[in-house]
Amino acid sequence: MNSELLIKNGRVIDPANSIEEECDVLIADDKIAAVGKVEKPVQKVIDATGKLVTPGLIDIHVHFREPGDEEEETIASGSAAAVAAGFTSVVCMPNTNPPVENETDVEYIHRKARKARKTHVYTMGAMTKNRDGVELAEMGFMAEAGAVGFTDDGRGVQDPSVMLRALKYAAMFDVVIAQHCQDNAFAGNGVMNSGYYSTILGLPGIDPLAEEAMLWRDIKLVKKTSVRYHAQHLSTAGSIELIRAAKKDSLPITCEVTPHHLLLTEERCAEYDTNYKVNPPLRSVKDVETLKEAVAEGLIDALVTDHAPHLQSEKELEFLAAPFGIASLECALALFVKALIEPDILAWPALIRLMTEKPAKIIGVDKGTLGVGKQADVTIIDPKAEYEIDVNKFRSKSRNCPYHGWKVTGKVEKTIVGGEIRFEA
Amino acid sequence: MALKRKSKQFKWHHKHLLGLRELSTEEITYILDTAKGFEQISTRSVKKAPPLRGKVVVNLFFEDSTRTRNSFALAASRLSADIIEFTKKASSVSKGETLLDTARNLEAMGIDIVVIRHSAGGAPKLLSRNINACVVNAGDGFCEHPTQGLLDVYTIRKIKGTLEGLKIAIVGDIAHSRVARSDMWAMTKLGAEVIFVGPPTLMPSRADELPVKISYSLDEVIEKVDVINMLRIQFERLGGNPFPSIREYSHYFGLTVERMKRAKPDILVMHPGPINRGLEMESEVADGRNSVILEQVTNGLAVRMAVLFLVNQAAAQGD
Repeated sequence: MNSELLIKNGRVIDPANSIEEECDVLIADDKIAAVGKVEKPVQKVIDATGKLVTPGLIDIHVHFREPGDEEEETIASGSAAAVAAGFTSVVCMPNTNPPVENETDVEYIHRKARKARKTHVYTMGAMTKNRDGVELAEMGFMAEAGAVGFTDDGRGVQDPSVMLRALKYAAMFDVVIAQHCQDNAFAGNGVMNSGYYSTILGLPGIDPLAEEAMLWRDIKLVKKTSVRYHAQHLSTAGSIELIRAAKKDSLPITCEVTPHHLLLTEERCAEYDTNYKVNPPLRSVKDVETLKEAVAEGLIDALVTDHAPHLQSEKELEFLAAPFGIASLECALALFVKALIEPDILAWPALIRLMTEKPAKIIGVDKGTLGVGKQADVTIIDPKAEYEIDVNKFRSKSRNCPYHGWKVTGKVEKTIVGGEIRFEA
Repeated sequence: MALKRKSKQFKWHHKHLLGLRELSTEEITYILDTAKGFEQISTRSVKKAPPLRGKVVVNLFFEDSTRTRNSFALAASRLSADIIEFTKKASSVSKGETLLDTARNLEAMGIDIVVIRHSAGGAPKLLSRNINACVVNAGDGFCEHPTQGLLDVYTIRKIKGTLEGLKIAIVGDIAHSRVARSDMWAMTKLGAEVIFVGPPTLMPSRADELPVKISYSLDEVIEKVDVINMLRIQFERLGGNPFPSIREYSHYFGLTVERMKRAKPDILVMHPGPINRGLEMESEVADGRNSVILEQVTNGLAVRMAVLFLVNQAAAQGD
């Protein structure tokens, strides 16, 4: 045994093993060695009294912009932000420039992540070449190189025959097909939710049907193919209805929601602040309420940030011209606490489950657990710590975060990745 | 009368005019009252007054416009300001000089008032947050065109005495019309009942939540209204195919001589211009005795003088 680390007296929450009790976690080298009362003397001890000790958090939807837009974010800056936010694993989206569409691209991401040495960085590959929605990308080669799923995120695959082909082809591999559900014919040139606010602001709207029409279509296609399908960043009440029915049918369908779709509504766009311009757009109060109810009901499988960093100079453009996206990786946990724990929608174990065990399952990696013998990815959280979000302290390169100045509760104290303490508050 | 006296004591404090939605009834009335005072300048032999002497107004137009741009230029010149014309195509991508860079450059030249027209809703607001000069919205996307809204209510008030209790139809492409929106805010705040008329495909999202009535039938509405404002069909904004043909559109929503026969005899016929003759309205109606289309243009000048005067005054008071 080379090195041991003992986390003492924390409230250990490990949903994958149905553990929620005050006890210790022993790490030996890079593995979990024991969970329970550990009496033996260990040199390195972390006193976690009053803290939560959980499996390392997992965010299966981030944009680290590398290669192509390194001024906005890099794998190094993004993973530094991630680890400071308690994430030990993240999944990058392939809409880089050029997109991730072959095994070399996948390996490039992995190499950059190893060099950054902060958090585990996975990537999804593009479903179609150049994310054009026409020809299939080399899913097999990418899967062999370690891609954990396929999506054209930023766009949905418009042509139903291409989508059907992608699902059929993917059946050869044990991978998940993820979709940014948006029918462009419905969405048009919209920049915010279509409704009263888009009308009085004089901005083109995106009808909720744009999301729901594609999700409905995809559910029909999944029924034909039985490939694992993951609906990304759902935003409308209508989508929840579709997911509920699909799950009742026992289809292999999972879905995720973001903090902004749980906390913010379309009304926020009223001052044309482009930090609220995001795709899918912020929706109505009713949509937000329905998403929260869906979380309570157990219909949502993962909480993700869709961390989408952008340059200040681009976000300073007209609302019509500015890019879509909110950078929220670094305050994610506190945002989910505000959205779900404070209003009593979820208790801590259920929240942690949606940020560890469940997302790990979606991407098919052996993580999100404190099981003995598993890789020692651990997050220590102070659930009572209050702080004010300050975008100027972000490790991320971008500041397009509408939560600046918010008073929040729930802070990451330490992040341990593969047995190494990679972040300490 | 009581209202009028109250509005005289009222102190204007906005250094920007971005839209009519955020203005109170008193504020709108105050602009109209101020405009009334400026109307006579245009009838003098020397058509100039000194309030903006030494001030620089820039006409920053990112969209084509003739009458609004000229009207602002003339208004500024009548108030003795210097005018810079700055015409540019708006870029929809993030490349090239940004709106804020353009504005910062202009400000470095020491301008006092920016009159901006832009294809993006909210562009004037973005500008106002980032420069010290006064910002006057001359039309942003399909959000607002406040001086058009003001000159419309000014024209109605001048002829009818008040807007209180009037029924006003606004007909055409409501969805893409900034005029319809500014009219709606101004007219309803001044006590009129507004009816949006057009095919459902040209109604904005959640029109039912707006403070107006909606009708798909001009024939039903024509008999009831005191004022009818015919919007221009803006082919460049329409997108898709919201109605099958111009012929069919004109059949249902054109203001024809036939339809005018069923209107109130003293109905006011308005149009923000430029008219597509034979499309929104027949020539005989456009030039007929109920038409106040040219009065709108004349009144626009007085209203724009009032707006430039007031924003400058608010800026001078260190607001």
